[in-house]
Amino acid sequence: MKSKTNLFETIVHGIFLVLGLITVGCVLLITIYLIISGIPAIREIGLLDFLFGDTWASTAAQPQYGILPFILTSIYGTAGAILLGVPVGFLTAMYLAKMAPKRAKSVMEQAVSLLAGIPSVVYGLVGMMVLVPGIRSLFHIPDGAGLLAAIVVLAVMILPSIIKMSITALEAVPKEYEDASLALGATPEETYFRVSAPAAKSGIAAAVVLGVGRAIGEAMAVMMVAGNAANMPDSLFQSVRFLTTAVASEMSYSSGLQRQALFSIALVLFLFIMLINAALNFFLKGEKKP
Amino acid sequence: MKRVLSAITALTLMLTLAACGSNGGTTADVSTTAGGTTAAAAPSENADLTGSVSTDGSTSMESVIGALGEAFTEANAKATFTYNPTGSSAGIQAVQEGRCDIGLSSRALKDEEKASGLTETVLAYDGIAMIVNPANTVEDLTVEQIAAIYTGEITNWSEVGGEDAEIVLIGREAGSGTRSGFEEITGTEDACKYRQELTSTGDVITAVAQNPGAIGYASLASVKDTVKALKVDGVTPSEETVKDGSYKIQRPFVLATKDGVELSETAQAFFDYITSGEANEIIVAAGVVPAN
Repeated sequence: MKSKTNLFETIVHGIFLVLGLITVGCVLLITIYLIISGIPAIREIGLLDFLFGDTWASTAAQPQYGILPFILTSIYGTAGAILLGVPVGFLTAMYLAKMAPKRAKSVMEQAVSLLAGIPSVVYGLVGMMVLVPGIRSLFHIPDGAGLLAAIVVLAVMILPSIIKMSITALEAVPKEYEDASLALGATPEETYFRVSAPAAKSGIAAAVVLGVGRAIGEAMAVMMVAGNAANMPDSLFQSVRFLTTAVASEMSYSSGLQRQALFSIALVLFLFIMLINAALNFFLKGEKKP
Repeated sequence: MKRVLSAITALTLMLTLAACGSNGGTTADVSTTAGGTTAAAAPSENADLTGSVSTDGSTSMESVIGALGEAFTEANAKATFTYNPTGSSAGIQAVQEGRCDIGLSSRALKDEEKASGLTETVLAYDGIAMIVNPANTVEDLTVEQIAAIYTGEITNWSEVGGEDAEIVLIGREAGSGTRSGFEEITGTEDACKYRQELTSTGDVITAVAQNPGAIGYASLASVKDTVKALKVDGVTPSEETVKDGSYKIQRPFVLATKDGVELSETAQAFFDYITSGEANEIIVAAGVVPAN
Protein backbone atom coordinates (compact mmCIF):
# COMPACT_ATOMS: atom_id res chain seq x y z
CA MET A 1 0.00 0.00 0.00
CA LYS A 2 2.70 2.37 1.04
CA SER A 3 4.82 1.79 -2.02
CA LYS A 4 1.78 2.45 -4.18
CA THR A 5 1.30 5.87 -2.59
CA ASN A 6 4.98 6.58 -3.06
CA LEU A 7 4.82 5.64 -6.70
CA PHE A 8 1.79 7.86 -7.18
CA GLU A 9 3.54 10.76 -5.46
CA THR A 10 6.64 10.29 -7.57
CA ILE A 11 4.55 10.42 -10.72
CA VAL A 12 2.73 13.55 -9.61
CA HIS A 13 6.06 15.12 -8.68
CA GLY A 14 7.38 14.25 -12.08
CA ILE A 15 4.40 15.84 -13.80
CA PHE A 16 4.81 19.04 -11.82
CA LEU A 17 8.50 19.09 -12.57
CA VAL A 18 7.84 18.75 -16.29
CA LEU A 19 5.24 21.53 -16.19
CA GLY A 20 7.72 23.75 -14.38
CA LEU A 21 10.42 22.91 -16.89
CA ILE A 22 8.13 23.90 -19.76
CA THR A 23 8.03 27.46 -18.45
CA VAL A 24 11.77 27.58 -17.92
CA GLY A 25 12.24 26.05 -21.35
CA CYS A 26 10.11 28.75 -22.98
CA VAL A 27 12.14 31.50 -21.35
CA LEU A 28 15.40 29.87 -22.38
CA LEU A 29 14.17 29.24 -25.91
CA ILE A 30 13.08 32.85 -26.40
CA THR A 31 16.27 34.22 -24.88
CA ILE A 32 18.53 32.04 -27.00
CA TYR A 33 16.49 32.68 -30.14
CA LEU A 34 16.60 36.45 -29.60
CA ILE A 35 20.34 36.45 -28.99
CA ILE A 36 21.09 34.25 -31.98
CA SER A 37 18.89 36.21 -34.34
CA GLY A 38 19.73 39.60 -32.87
CA ILE A 39 23.52 39.44 -32.94
CA PRO A 40 24.20 39.16 -36.73
CA ALA A 41 22.65 42.52 -37.64
CA ILE A 42 24.46 44.27 -34.80
CA ARG A 43 27.70 42.74 -36.07
CA GLU A 44 27.03 43.87 -39.60
CA ILE A 45 25.90 47.38 -38.70
CA GLY A 46 28.31 47.89 -35.82
CA LEU A 47 27.20 48.20 -32.21
CA LEU A 48 27.85 51.94 -31.92
CA ASP A 49 26.24 52.81 -35.27
CA PHE A 50 23.27 50.67 -34.32
CA LEU A 51 22.71 52.01 -30.81
CA PHE A 52 23.71 55.63 -31.39
CA GLY A 53 22.85 56.20 -35.04
CA ASP A 54 20.13 58.80 -35.29
CA THR A 55 18.64 57.78 -38.65
CA TRP A 56 16.45 54.78 -39.34
CA ALA A 57 15.74 54.22 -43.03
CA SER A 58 15.44 50.47 -43.35
CA THR A 59 14.02 50.28 -46.87
CA ALA A 60 15.99 53.16 -48.44
CA ALA A 61 18.40 52.53 -51.29
CA GLN A 62 21.18 53.27 -48.78
CA PRO A 63 19.66 51.67 -45.70
CA GLN A 64 20.51 53.15 -42.33
CA TYR A 65 19.84 51.36 -39.10
CA GLY A 66 20.27 53.75 -36.18
CA ILE A 67 17.93 53.08 -33.29
CA LEU A 68 18.80 55.99 -31.00
CA PRO A 69 15.46 57.70 -31.83
CA PHE A 70 13.60 54.55 -30.72
CA ILE A 71 15.62 54.15 -27.53
CA LEU A 72 15.16 57.81 -26.56
CA THR A 73 11.46 57.68 -27.43
CA SER A 74 10.94 54.59 -25.30
CA ILE A 75 12.78 56.23 -22.38
CA TYR A 76 10.97 59.58 -22.70
CA GLY A 77 7.61 57.95 -23.25
CA THR A 78 7.99 55.68 -20.25
CA ALA A 79 9.30 58.49 -18.07
CA GLY A 80 6.38 60.67 -19.10
CA ALA A 81 3.88 57.94 -18.35
CA ILE A 82 5.46 57.40 -14.92
CA LEU A 83 5.44 61.14 -14.25
CA LEU A 84 1.72 61.31 -14.99
CA GLY A 85 0.67 57.89 -13.77
CA VAL A 86 2.56 57.46 -10.48
CA PRO A 87 1.15 60.47 -8.57
CA VAL A 88 -2.38 59.64 -9.68
CA GLY A 89 -1.91 55.94 -8.98
CA PHE A 90 -0.23 56.43 -5.61
CA LEU A 91 -2.83 58.88 -4.33
CA THR A 92 -5.65 56.65 -5.56
CA ALA A 93 -4.08 53.71 -3.75
CA MET A 94 -3.69 55.79 -0.59
CA TYR A 95 -7.37 56.77 -0.75
CA LEU A 96 -8.54 53.23 -1.41
CA ALA A 97 -6.30 51.58 1.17
CA LYS A 98 -6.79 54.02 4.04
CA MET A 99 -9.54 56.55 3.60
CA ALA A 100 -12.29 55.32 1.31
CA PRO A 101 -15.64 54.23 2.77
CA LYS A 102 -16.25 50.54 2.24
CA ARG A 103 -18.73 50.85 -0.62
CA ALA A 104 -16.73 53.44 -2.53
CA LYS A 105 -13.70 51.22 -2.12
CA SER A 106 -15.34 48.12 -3.51
CA VAL A 107 -16.77 49.99 -6.51
CA MET A 108 -13.49 51.74 -7.28
CA GLU A 109 -11.46 48.58 -6.91
CA GLN A 110 -13.76 46.86 -9.38
CA ALA A 111 -13.26 49.75 -11.79
CA VAL A 112 -9.47 49.49 -11.46
CA SER A 113 -9.62 45.75 -12.17
CA LEU A 114 -11.74 46.43 -15.24
CA LEU A 115 -9.24 49.01 -16.44
CA ALA A 116 -6.54 46.34 -16.18
CA GLY A 117 -8.62 43.97 -18.29
CA ILE A 118 -9.23 46.28 -21.24
CA PRO A 119 -7.26 45.01 -24.25
CA SER A 120 -4.54 47.37 -25.43
CA VAL A 121 -6.00 47.63 -28.92
CA VAL A 122 -9.07 49.23 -27.33
CA TYR A 123 -6.87 51.78 -25.57
CA GLY A 124 -5.31 52.48 -28.94
CA LEU A 125 -8.63 52.81 -30.69
CA VAL A 126 -10.04 55.22 -28.12
CA GLY A 127 -6.76 57.13 -28.24
CA MET A 128 -6.97 57.34 -32.01
CA MET A 129 -10.61 58.42 -32.14
CA VAL A 130 -10.76 60.71 -29.09
CA LEU A 131 -7.35 61.63 -27.72
CA VAL A 132 -5.52 62.40 -30.98
CA PRO A 133 -8.18 64.76 -32.38
CA GLY A 134 -8.50 66.22 -28.86
CA ILE A 135 -4.79 67.05 -28.65
CA ARG A 136 -4.93 68.49 -32.17
CA SER A 137 -7.69 70.97 -31.37
CA LEU A 138 -6.51 71.72 -27.83
CA PHE A 139 -3.00 72.74 -28.86
CA HIS A 140 -3.89 74.03 -32.36
CA ILE A 141 -1.37 71.80 -34.09
CA PRO A 142 -1.84 70.14 -37.49
CA ASP A 143 -1.84 66.60 -36.09
CA GLY A 144 -2.32 65.21 -32.60
CA ALA A 145 -0.62 61.85 -33.01
CA GLY A 146 2.74 61.87 -31.27
CA LEU A 147 4.73 61.51 -28.07
CA LEU A 148 2.18 63.29 -25.86
CA ALA A 149 -0.72 61.10 -26.99
CA ALA A 150 1.38 57.99 -26.37
CA ILE A 151 2.37 59.21 -22.91
CA VAL A 152 -1.24 59.83 -21.92
CA VAL A 153 -2.36 56.41 -23.18
CA LEU A 154 0.55 54.69 -21.40
CA ALA A 155 -0.14 56.59 -18.18
CA VAL A 156 -3.71 55.30 -18.13
CA MET A 157 -2.55 51.78 -19.00
CA ILE A 158 -0.08 51.54 -16.12
CA LEU A 159 -2.51 52.90 -13.52
CA PRO A 160 -4.02 49.52 -12.56
CA SER A 161 -0.70 47.83 -11.82
CA ILE A 162 0.53 50.82 -9.82
CA ILE A 163 -2.72 51.14 -7.85
CA LYS A 164 -3.03 47.43 -7.06
CA MET A 165 0.60 46.94 -5.99
CA SER A 166 0.51 50.12 -3.89
CA ILE A 167 -2.72 49.10 -2.15
CA THR A 168 -1.19 45.74 -1.24
CA ALA A 169 1.91 47.47 0.09
CA LEU A 170 -0.05 50.04 2.09
CA GLU A 171 -2.40 47.48 3.57
CA ALA A 172 0.56 45.37 4.69
CA VAL A 173 1.84 48.18 6.95
CA PRO A 174 1.43 46.92 10.53
CA LYS A 175 -1.50 48.60 12.23
CA GLU A 176 0.65 49.23 15.32
CA TYR A 177 2.72 51.81 13.43
CA GLU A 178 -0.38 53.79 12.56
CA ASP A 179 -1.94 53.40 16.01
CA ALA A 180 1.26 54.66 17.62
CA SER A 181 1.34 57.66 15.35
CA LEU A 182 -2.31 58.46 15.98
CA ALA A 183 -1.81 58.04 19.75
CA LEU A 184 0.99 60.59 19.62
CA GLY A 185 -1.52 63.12 18.31
CA ALA A 186 -0.88 63.00 14.55
CA THR A 187 -3.92 63.47 12.32
CA PRO A 188 -4.93 60.49 10.14
CA GLU A 189 -3.61 62.24 7.00
CA GLU A 190 -0.23 62.92 8.64
CA THR A 191 -0.11 59.31 9.73
CA TYR A 192 -0.82 57.95 6.23
CA PHE A 193 1.71 60.14 4.45
CA ARG A 194 4.45 60.26 7.10
CA VAL A 195 4.19 56.76 8.59
CA SER A 196 2.32 54.36 6.29
CA ALA A 197 3.82 55.55 3.01
CA PRO A 198 7.48 55.38 4.18
CA ALA A 199 6.82 51.96 5.71
CA ALA A 200 5.42 50.75 2.38
CA LYS A 201 8.05 52.42 0.23
CA SER A 202 9.72 49.32 -1.18
CA GLY A 203 6.34 47.96 -2.27
CA ILE A 204 5.48 51.27 -3.87
CA ALA A 205 8.85 51.38 -5.60
CA ALA A 206 8.12 47.90 -6.93
CA ALA A 207 4.78 49.21 -8.21
CA VAL A 208 6.57 51.98 -10.09
CA VAL A 209 9.04 49.53 -11.62
CA LEU A 210 6.17 47.28 -12.66
CA GLY A 211 4.58 50.31 -14.31
CA VAL A 212 7.83 51.03 -16.15
CA GLY A 213 7.92 47.45 -17.37
CA ARG A 214 4.36 47.58 -18.63
CA ALA A 215 4.89 50.95 -20.34
CA ILE A 216 8.14 50.07 -22.09
CA GLY A 217 6.75 46.78 -23.39
CA GLU A 218 3.45 48.10 -24.77
CA ALA A 219 3.20 48.07 -28.55
CA MET A 220 -0.32 47.97 -29.91
CA ALA A 221 -1.89 50.99 -28.23
CA VAL A 222 1.22 53.08 -28.79
CA MET A 223 1.40 52.15 -32.45
CA MET A 224 -2.05 53.59 -33.01
CA VAL A 225 -1.43 57.00 -31.43
CA ALA A 226 2.29 57.81 -31.66
CA GLY A 227 2.45 58.52 -35.41
CA ASN A 228 5.32 56.04 -35.93
CA ALA A 229 7.63 58.23 -37.99
CA ALA A 230 11.24 57.49 -37.03
CA ASN A 231 11.97 60.99 -35.70
CA MET A 232 14.17 62.05 -32.81
CA PRO A 233 11.80 62.82 -29.93
CA ASP A 234 12.62 66.53 -29.65
CA SER A 235 9.12 67.78 -28.92
CA LEU A 236 6.04 66.47 -27.13
CA PHE A 237 4.04 66.75 -30.35
CA GLN A 238 6.61 65.04 -32.54
CA SER A 239 5.53 61.91 -34.37
CA VAL A 240 7.72 59.20 -32.84
CA ARG A 241 8.39 55.46 -32.92
CA PHE A 242 9.01 53.33 -29.83
CA LEU A 243 11.28 50.28 -29.63
CA THR A 244 8.25 48.01 -29.54
CA THR A 245 6.46 49.66 -32.45
CA ALA A 246 9.65 49.71 -34.50
CA VAL A 247 9.65 45.92 -34.33
CA ALA A 248 5.91 45.44 -34.72
CA SER A 249 5.27 47.85 -37.56
CA GLU A 250 7.92 46.62 -39.96
CA MET A 251 8.16 42.95 -39.08
CA SER A 252 5.38 41.68 -41.34
CA TYR A 253 6.91 42.96 -44.56
CA SER A 254 10.60 42.91 -43.71
CA SER A 255 13.36 40.90 -45.30
CA GLY A 256 17.12 40.41 -45.12
CA LEU A 257 19.19 42.77 -42.98
CA GLN A 258 16.08 44.81 -42.16
CA ARG A 259 14.48 41.77 -40.52
CA GLN A 260 17.67 40.92 -38.66
CA ALA A 261 17.89 44.51 -37.43
CA LEU A 262 14.34 44.23 -36.11
CA PHE A 263 15.43 41.19 -34.09
CA SER A 264 18.32 43.26 -32.79
CA ILE A 265 15.87 45.95 -31.68
CA ALA A 266 13.89 43.23 -29.92
CA LEU A 267 17.11 42.13 -28.22
CA VAL A 268 17.75 45.68 -26.98
CA LEU A 269 14.18 45.86 -25.70
CA PHE A 270 14.62 42.48 -24.03
CA LEU A 271 17.74 43.73 -22.24
CA PHE A 272 15.84 46.80 -21.05
CA ILE A 273 13.10 44.60 -19.65
CA MET A 274 15.63 42.27 -17.99
CA LEU A 275 17.12 45.32 -16.26
CA ILE A 276 13.68 46.39 -15.10
CA ASN A 277 12.97 42.88 -13.79
CA ALA A 278 16.25 42.89 -11.91
CA ALA A 279 15.26 46.22 -10.36
CA LEU A 280 11.87 44.80 -9.42
CA ASN A 281 13.48 41.80 -7.71
CA PHE A 282 15.80 44.13 -5.87
CA PHE A 283 12.91 46.19 -4.48
CA LEU A 284 10.82 43.15 -3.58
CA LYS A 285 13.73 41.58 -1.71
CA GLY A 286 14.26 44.86 0.11
CA GLU A 287 10.68 44.66 1.29
CA LYS A 288 11.12 41.26 2.90
CA LYS A 289 14.25 42.05 4.88
CA PRO A 290 13.05 44.32 7.71
CA MET B 1 -13.08 19.85 -10.09
CA LYS B 2 -16.65 20.32 -11.25
CA ARG B 3 -16.05 24.02 -11.57
CA VAL B 4 -12.95 23.55 -13.64
CA LEU B 5 -14.78 21.14 -15.88
CA SER B 6 -17.69 23.46 -16.43
CA ALA B 7 -15.30 26.33 -17.12
CA ILE B 8 -13.52 24.25 -19.73
CA THR B 9 -16.81 23.20 -21.29
CA ALA B 10 -17.95 26.81 -21.44
CA LEU B 11 -14.69 27.86 -23.05
CA THR B 12 -14.85 25.13 -25.64
CA LEU B 13 -18.43 26.04 -26.42
CA MET B 14 -17.52 29.67 -26.84
CA LEU B 15 -14.63 28.86 -29.14
CA THR B 16 -16.79 26.56 -31.22
CA LEU B 17 -19.48 29.19 -31.48
CA ALA B 18 -16.94 31.84 -32.44
CA ALA B 19 -15.49 29.57 -35.08
CA CYS B 20 -18.94 28.81 -36.44
CA GLY B 21 -19.75 32.50 -36.48
CA SER B 22 -16.71 33.48 -38.49
CA ASN B 23 -17.16 30.55 -40.82
CA GLY B 24 -20.76 31.50 -41.41
CA GLY B 25 -19.67 35.04 -42.15
CA THR B 26 -17.11 34.10 -44.77
CA THR B 27 -19.37 31.68 -46.52
CA ALA B 28 -22.14 34.24 -46.68
CA ASP B 29 -19.73 36.86 -48.02
CA VAL B 30 -18.47 34.65 -50.75
CA SER B 31 -21.85 33.47 -51.85
CA THR B 32 -22.84 37.11 -52.31
CA THR B 33 -19.78 37.90 -54.39
CA ALA B 34 -19.94 34.68 -56.32
CA GLY B 35 -23.73 34.35 -56.34
CA GLY B 36 -24.56 36.28 -59.47
CA THR B 37 -21.57 34.96 -61.32
CA THR B 38 -21.47 31.27 -60.49
CA ALA B 39 -22.78 30.12 -63.82
CA ALA B 40 -20.33 32.15 -65.83
CA ALA B 41 -17.33 32.14 -63.54
CA ALA B 42 -17.07 28.82 -61.77
CA PRO B 43 -14.65 26.45 -63.43
CA SER B 44 -16.85 23.67 -64.71
CA GLU B 45 -14.41 20.93 -65.75
CA ASN B 46 -11.99 19.02 -63.52
CA ALA B 47 -14.67 18.60 -60.91
CA ASP B 48 -12.77 15.75 -59.31
CA LEU B 49 -9.48 17.54 -58.68
CA THR B 50 -7.96 16.68 -55.35
CA GLY B 51 -4.94 18.13 -53.62
CA SER B 52 -4.25 21.62 -52.48
CA VAL B 53 -3.24 25.06 -53.68
CA SER B 54 -1.25 27.16 -51.27
CA THR B 55 -0.78 30.87 -51.75
CA ASP B 56 1.22 33.23 -49.59
CA GLY B 57 1.83 36.95 -49.70
CA SER B 58 0.34 40.40 -50.08
CA THR B 59 -2.25 41.43 -47.54
CA SER B 60 -3.67 43.87 -50.11
CA MET B 61 -4.70 40.92 -52.23
CA GLU B 62 -6.64 39.24 -49.46
CA SER B 63 -10.15 40.07 -50.69
CA VAL B 64 -9.52 39.16 -54.32
CA ILE B 65 -7.56 35.95 -53.74
CA GLY B 66 -9.97 34.89 -50.99
CA ALA B 67 -12.97 35.21 -53.31
CA LEU B 68 -11.14 33.36 -56.09
CA GLY B 69 -10.11 30.59 -53.71
CA GLU B 70 -13.65 30.14 -52.45
CA ALA B 71 -15.05 29.97 -55.96
CA PHE B 72 -12.39 27.44 -56.92
CA THR B 73 -13.01 25.14 -53.97
CA GLU B 74 -16.76 25.44 -54.50
CA ALA B 75 -16.36 24.01 -57.98
CA ASN B 76 -13.75 21.44 -56.91
CA ALA B 77 -15.09 20.19 -53.64
CA LYS B 78 -12.15 17.86 -53.02
CA ALA B 79 -9.48 20.51 -53.52
CA THR B 80 -8.31 22.73 -50.70
CA PHE B 81 -7.13 26.29 -50.97
CA THR B 82 -4.98 28.15 -48.46
CA TYR B 83 -3.88 31.76 -48.31
CA ASN B 84 -1.34 33.05 -45.85
CA PRO B 85 -1.45 36.86 -45.49
CA THR B 86 2.20 37.64 -44.84
CA GLY B 87 3.03 40.53 -47.16
CA SER B 88 4.44 40.79 -50.66
CA SER B 89 8.11 40.26 -49.83
CA ALA B 90 7.35 37.36 -47.53
CA GLY B 91 5.14 35.74 -50.18
CA ILE B 92 7.84 36.05 -52.81
CA GLN B 93 10.32 34.53 -50.39
CA ALA B 94 7.90 31.72 -49.62
CA VAL B 95 7.55 30.74 -53.28
CA GLN B 96 11.32 30.95 -53.73
CA GLU B 97 11.81 28.55 -50.86
CA GLY B 98 9.06 26.28 -52.13
CA ARG B 99 6.82 26.80 -49.12
CA CYS B 100 3.83 27.66 -51.30
CA ASP B 101 2.63 27.11 -54.86
CA ILE B 102 1.91 30.70 -55.82
CA GLY B 103 3.41 33.81 -54.26
CA LEU B 104 1.23 36.90 -54.19
CA SER B 105 2.78 40.31 -54.59
CA SER B 106 1.13 43.70 -54.81
CA ARG B 107 4.15 45.16 -56.58
CA ALA B 108 6.03 44.14 -59.71
CA LEU B 109 8.85 41.73 -58.94
CA LYS B 110 12.23 43.35 -58.47
CA ASP B 111 14.95 42.51 -61.00
CA GLU B 112 16.88 40.52 -58.40
CA GLU B 113 13.77 38.51 -57.63
CA LYS B 114 13.25 37.73 -61.31
CA ALA B 115 16.94 36.86 -61.61
CA SER B 116 16.55 34.38 -58.77
CA GLY B 117 14.20 32.34 -60.95
CA LEU B 118 10.70 33.71 -60.50
CA THR B 119 8.12 34.49 -63.15
CA GLU B 120 5.51 37.16 -62.71
CA THR B 121 1.99 36.97 -64.09
CA VAL B 122 -0.18 40.03 -63.62
CA LEU B 123 -3.56 39.03 -62.21
CA ALA B 124 -5.14 42.45 -61.86
CA TYR B 125 -4.51 46.16 -61.40
CA ASP B 126 -5.27 47.98 -58.21
CA GLY B 127 -5.74 51.73 -58.15
CA ILE B 128 -4.25 53.58 -55.19
CA ALA B 129 -6.62 56.35 -54.21
CA MET B 130 -5.38 59.63 -52.74
CA ILE B 131 -7.71 60.31 -49.86
CA VAL B 132 -8.39 63.49 -47.91
CA ASN B 133 -10.85 64.54 -45.26
CA PRO B 134 -14.35 65.24 -46.66
CA ALA B 135 -14.07 68.79 -45.28
CA ASN B 136 -11.11 69.49 -47.58
CA THR B 137 -11.99 71.75 -50.54
CA VAL B 138 -9.25 70.42 -52.81
CA GLU B 139 -10.64 68.09 -55.50
CA ASP B 140 -7.84 67.49 -57.94
CA LEU B 141 -4.04 67.13 -57.74
CA THR B 142 -1.41 66.32 -60.34
CA VAL B 143 1.07 63.51 -59.78
CA GLU B 144 3.79 66.19 -59.53
CA GLN B 145 1.84 68.02 -56.84
CA ILE B 146 1.35 64.78 -54.90
CA ALA B 147 5.07 64.06 -55.12
CA ALA B 148 5.87 67.62 -53.97
CA ILE B 149 3.43 67.27 -51.08
CA TYR B 150 4.89 63.96 -49.94
CA THR B 151 8.51 65.14 -50.20
CA GLY B 152 7.72 68.23 -48.15
CA GLU B 153 8.06 70.89 -50.87
CA ILE B 154 4.41 71.81 -50.55
CA THR B 155 3.34 71.98 -46.91
CA ASN B 156 0.15 74.02 -47.00
CA TRP B 157 -3.16 73.25 -48.64
CA SER B 158 -3.38 76.87 -49.88
CA GLU B 159 -0.50 76.15 -52.27
CA VAL B 160 -2.69 73.68 -54.17
CA GLY B 161 -5.89 75.69 -54.06
CA GLY B 162 -7.25 74.70 -50.66
CA GLU B 163 -7.68 76.46 -47.36
CA ASP B 164 -4.80 77.80 -45.30
CA ALA B 165 -3.96 74.71 -43.30
CA GLU B 166 -0.85 72.61 -42.87
CA ILE B 167 -0.82 69.34 -44.80
CA VAL B 168 -0.52 66.27 -42.59
CA LEU B 169 1.07 63.38 -44.47
CA ILE B 170 -0.25 59.94 -43.58
CA GLY B 171 1.29 56.83 -45.04
CA ARG B 172 2.04 53.18 -44.50
CA GLU B 173 4.98 51.50 -42.80
CA ALA B 174 8.22 50.69 -44.61
CA GLY B 175 7.83 47.47 -46.57
CA SER B 176 4.10 47.80 -47.18
CA GLY B 177 3.09 47.00 -50.75
CA THR B 178 0.81 50.02 -50.92
CA ARG B 179 3.62 52.30 -49.76
CA SER B 180 6.21 50.97 -52.15
CA GLY B 181 3.61 51.05 -54.95
CA PHE B 182 2.72 54.65 -54.19
CA GLU B 183 6.31 55.83 -53.80
CA GLU B 184 7.40 54.09 -56.97
CA ILE B 185 4.59 55.58 -59.06
CA THR B 186 5.11 59.10 -57.73
CA GLY B 187 8.91 58.85 -57.75
CA THR B 188 9.22 59.65 -54.06
CA GLU B 189 11.14 56.59 -52.86
CA ASP B 190 12.86 57.20 -49.53
CA ALA B 191 11.97 60.89 -49.69
CA CYS B 192 8.53 60.99 -48.09
CA LYS B 193 8.27 63.12 -44.97
CA TYR B 194 5.53 61.16 -43.25
CA ARG B 195 3.88 62.59 -40.19
CA GLN B 196 2.23 59.25 -39.41
CA GLU B 197 3.21 55.77 -40.58
CA LEU B 198 0.34 53.40 -39.91
CA THR B 199 0.26 49.67 -40.32
CA SER B 200 -3.05 49.07 -42.05
CA THR B 201 -5.30 50.59 -44.68
CA GLY B 202 -8.07 50.86 -42.11
CA ASP B 203 -5.87 52.91 -39.77
CA VAL B 204 -4.93 55.26 -42.61
CA ILE B 205 -8.59 55.82 -43.49
CA THR B 206 -9.48 56.41 -39.83
CA ALA B 207 -6.63 58.87 -39.34
CA VAL B 208 -7.56 60.83 -42.48
CA ALA B 209 -11.23 60.84 -41.51
CA GLN B 210 -10.27 62.35 -38.12
CA ASN B 211 -8.06 65.17 -39.39
CA PRO B 212 -9.21 67.94 -41.77
CA GLY B 213 -5.65 68.65 -42.89
CA ALA B 214 -4.64 65.07 -43.63
CA ILE B 215 -3.85 63.34 -46.90
CA GLY B 216 -3.26 59.63 -47.23
CA TYR B 217 -3.26 56.80 -49.73
CA ALA B 218 -5.19 53.56 -49.73
CA SER B 219 -6.20 50.78 -52.02
CA LEU B 220 -9.11 52.00 -54.18
CA ALA B 221 -11.20 48.98 -53.25
CA SER B 222 -11.14 49.81 -49.55
CA VAL B 223 -11.93 53.53 -49.70
CA LYS B 224 -15.06 54.35 -47.70
CA ASP B 225 -17.43 57.30 -47.47
CA THR B 226 -15.66 58.68 -44.41
CA VAL B 227 -12.93 60.05 -46.68
CA LYS B 228 -12.84 61.73 -50.09
CA ALA B 229 -10.86 60.27 -52.99
CA LEU B 230 -9.10 62.97 -55.04
CA LYS B 231 -8.90 63.16 -58.81
CA VAL B 232 -5.37 62.75 -60.11
CA ASP B 233 -4.47 64.78 -63.22
CA GLY B 234 -8.20 65.39 -63.59
CA VAL B 235 -9.09 61.71 -63.63
CA THR B 236 -11.46 60.26 -61.04
CA PRO B 237 -10.17 56.97 -59.65
CA SER B 238 -12.48 54.16 -60.73
CA GLU B 239 -12.31 50.72 -62.27
CA GLU B 240 -12.61 52.10 -65.79
CA THR B 241 -9.92 54.74 -65.39
CA VAL B 242 -7.56 52.24 -63.77
CA LYS B 243 -8.12 49.71 -66.53
CA ASP B 244 -7.66 52.11 -69.44
CA GLY B 245 -4.55 53.48 -67.75
CA SER B 246 -5.75 57.08 -67.55
CA TYR B 247 -5.67 57.00 -63.75
CA LYS B 248 -1.97 57.21 -63.03
CA ILE B 249 -1.59 55.89 -59.49
CA GLN B 250 -2.09 52.17 -59.88
CA ARG B 251 -0.11 49.00 -59.26
CA PRO B 252 -0.22 45.42 -60.43
CA PHE B 253 -1.32 42.40 -58.40
CA VAL B 254 1.22 39.78 -59.35
CA LEU B 255 1.26 35.99 -59.15
CA ALA B 256 4.82 34.80 -58.65
CA THR B 257 5.77 31.27 -59.67
CA LYS B 258 9.08 29.51 -59.75
CA ASP B 259 10.76 28.88 -63.11
CA GLY B 260 11.31 25.25 -63.98
CA VAL B 261 9.14 23.94 -61.17
CA GLU B 262 5.90 22.49 -62.43
CA LEU B 263 2.82 23.36 -60.44
CA SER B 264 0.76 20.51 -59.12
CA GLU B 265 -2.28 19.66 -61.24
CA THR B 266 -4.57 21.42 -58.80
CA ALA B 267 -2.40 24.49 -58.50
CA GLN B 268 -2.09 24.70 -62.27
CA ALA B 269 -5.87 24.41 -62.62
CA PHE B 270 -6.29 27.24 -60.12
CA PHE B 271 -3.67 29.36 -61.88
CA ASP B 272 -5.32 28.83 -65.28
CA TYR B 273 -8.74 29.52 -63.83
CA ILE B 274 -7.83 32.89 -62.32
CA THR B 275 -5.70 34.14 -65.22
CA SER B 276 -7.88 32.93 -68.11
CA GLY B 277 -10.52 35.62 -67.79
CA GLU B 278 -13.05 33.05 -66.57
CA ALA B 279 -12.96 34.50 -63.09
CA ASN B 280 -12.93 38.15 -64.08
CA GLU B 281 -16.32 38.88 -62.59
CA ILE B 282 -15.11 37.71 -59.19
CA ILE B 283 -12.00 39.86 -59.55
CA VAL B 284 -14.15 42.87 -60.40
CA ALA B 285 -16.43 42.14 -57.46
CA ALA B 286 -13.38 42.30 -55.20
CA GLY B 287 -12.79 45.87 -56.31
CA VAL B 288 -9.80 45.52 -58.63
CA VAL B 289 -9.42 45.49 -62.38
CA PRO B 290 -8.62 42.17 -64.09
CA ALA B 291 -5.57 42.12 -66.35
CA ASN B 292 -6.70 39.38 -68.72
